[in-house]
Amino acid sequence: MPDPATLYGLLGIVLAGLGVHAAIVQRDSIRRLLAINVMGVGVFLVLIATAYFGPDQDPDPIPHALVLTGIVVAVAATALALALLRAFERSEDE
Amino acid sequence: MTPGALLYLDLLMMGLMLVLAVGALYARSLRHAVILFIVFGLVVALVWARLRAPDIALAEAAIGSGLAGALLLAALRDRRRGAESAPRSPAWQVVAVGAVVAGLVLLLAWAFLDLQGERANGPLADTVRANLDVSGVSNPVTAVLLNFRAYDTLLELTVLLAALLGVMSLGPQRPPMDAAEPMAAGLIGWLIPLLIVAGSYLLWVGAHAPGGAFQAGALLAAAAVLADLGGRREFRLPGQTWLRLLAVAGCAVFTLVGLAALIGSGVLLQLPPDWAGSLILLIELFATASIASALFLVYLGGHPPSWNSREGHPDA
Amino acid sequence: MLDALSLLLIFSGLAFYLAGTIGVLRLPDTLCRLHAVTKADNLGLGLLASGVLLQLSDPLQMLKLLLIWLLVLAASATGGQLIARHALDERPDQRAELPEDAK
Repeated sequence: MPDPATLYGLLGIVLAGLGVHAAIVQRDSIRRLLAINVMGVGVFLVLIATAYFGPDQDPDPIPHALVLTGIVVAVAATALALALLRAFERSEDE
Repeated sequence: MTPGALLYLDLLMMGLMLVLAVGALYARSLRHAVILFIVFGLVVALVWARLRAPDIALAEAAIGSGLAGALLLAALRDRRRGAESAPRSPAWQVVAVGAVVAGLVLLLAWAFLDLQGERANGPLADTVRANLDVSGVSNPVTAVLLNFRAYDTLLELTVLLAALLGVMSLGPQRPPMDAAEPMAAGLIGWLIPLLIVAGSYLLWVGAHAPGGAFQAGALLAAAAVLADLGGRREFRLPGQTWLRLLAVAGCAVFTLVGLAALIGSGVLLQLPPDWAGSLILLIELFATASIASALFLVYLGGHPPSWNSREGHPDA
Repeated sequence: MLDALSLLLIFSGLAFYLAGTIGVLRLPDTLCRLHAVTKADNLGLGLLASGVLLQLSDPLQMLKLLLIWLLVLAASATGGQLIARHALDERPDQRAELPEDAK
């Protein structure tokens, strides 16, 4: 019977691949931002899946801390990217 | 619940995640894509809870789905009409990139499966568990974030501050919304105190249960965003000076505590075990205010309108 | 006995969710779809929550579940009203059909 850690880890790799594909193929900047965020979620999923040891053993807390930091940094970067896009579009109007 | 039934739940959630991800990435309308991304974030939060990562589930729902969703929806609202449909790459490029990415994915999957056989709880996890009682808290994730790897968390707060500085230097804030309709304003009037209470609870409980500064800060930022959506005249928010002071306070207090520890024990941020619990609470208190303020200011999207009217300012 | 009741409540909740989803997909316009989403889904959530409530033993957890249900109810009611108002702004002919005090 497949182990949930393996299943979710593979799903994380697939999600990261989807994110990379969309980031390259999509032309619109906000869609590329969404793609990068989905890539991030895929990477986090691999990290957390490898930290999971089943219902009997406590999970490894260090990847948890890494992913928590990663979520905050990803949102900060997304916010900066959106502000840059806004400034860019505004300068195109002028 | 038998292991077999849980497998069906896992497969269902994985399928849902894939469908939502494909929808968020390739939907025809950008608005649909953003909404699907928000829903994707919430399903991911469920998966974190299933994988025994409740702290991350809280953070993903609040920050990754909630605040990022608010940012994206506000960005959609800023966009000029008609600029939505930027053309996708031609079909042959889609297929070619798809083939290369599929190859990479297969390679990574093979490497991942190969390493699965050697999986065991690493030595670091055992060290964390062994030293948990001198860390001042009993939640291992909080211990790692705010004691054992406090330096990384300090730098993370600095990254958030740097992003805020970038956003504030790029242009004016979004124009304020009109006052909300009475029904929405009523709901917001109930939600804001609820969010403040829940956020404060998460801050306090983070020491011994899932929770912590980041989740609490995100909830408070959500309360501020709701107040902003309800009309700035009705729901009074802290002024710009306060918001900016609070945004810096997190990094400042963290650094001061770290320097004090340096003077006391010779190593930066080495918290003495007797004081660790209280020091961590102190750091988390200011970090919560800082995260809430930074996330709210970043949602507002730029520098306040009074900047341009300052005498001697280059834009004046 | 308690488990059977729980199962019954949870399955009826799911049935309401199914009905709501079919409504969203098949009904002709925004106002009708709002009916399906707000009414059917909230009732479904209430039944699901009651079913799960019977399995809990800690009163604090039961309170939290009730609070979640109330919050979802309030949010979808307000959201539904806002969406309906916006939909009416885009379709002025529907506004003419409403009774006087609803405009």
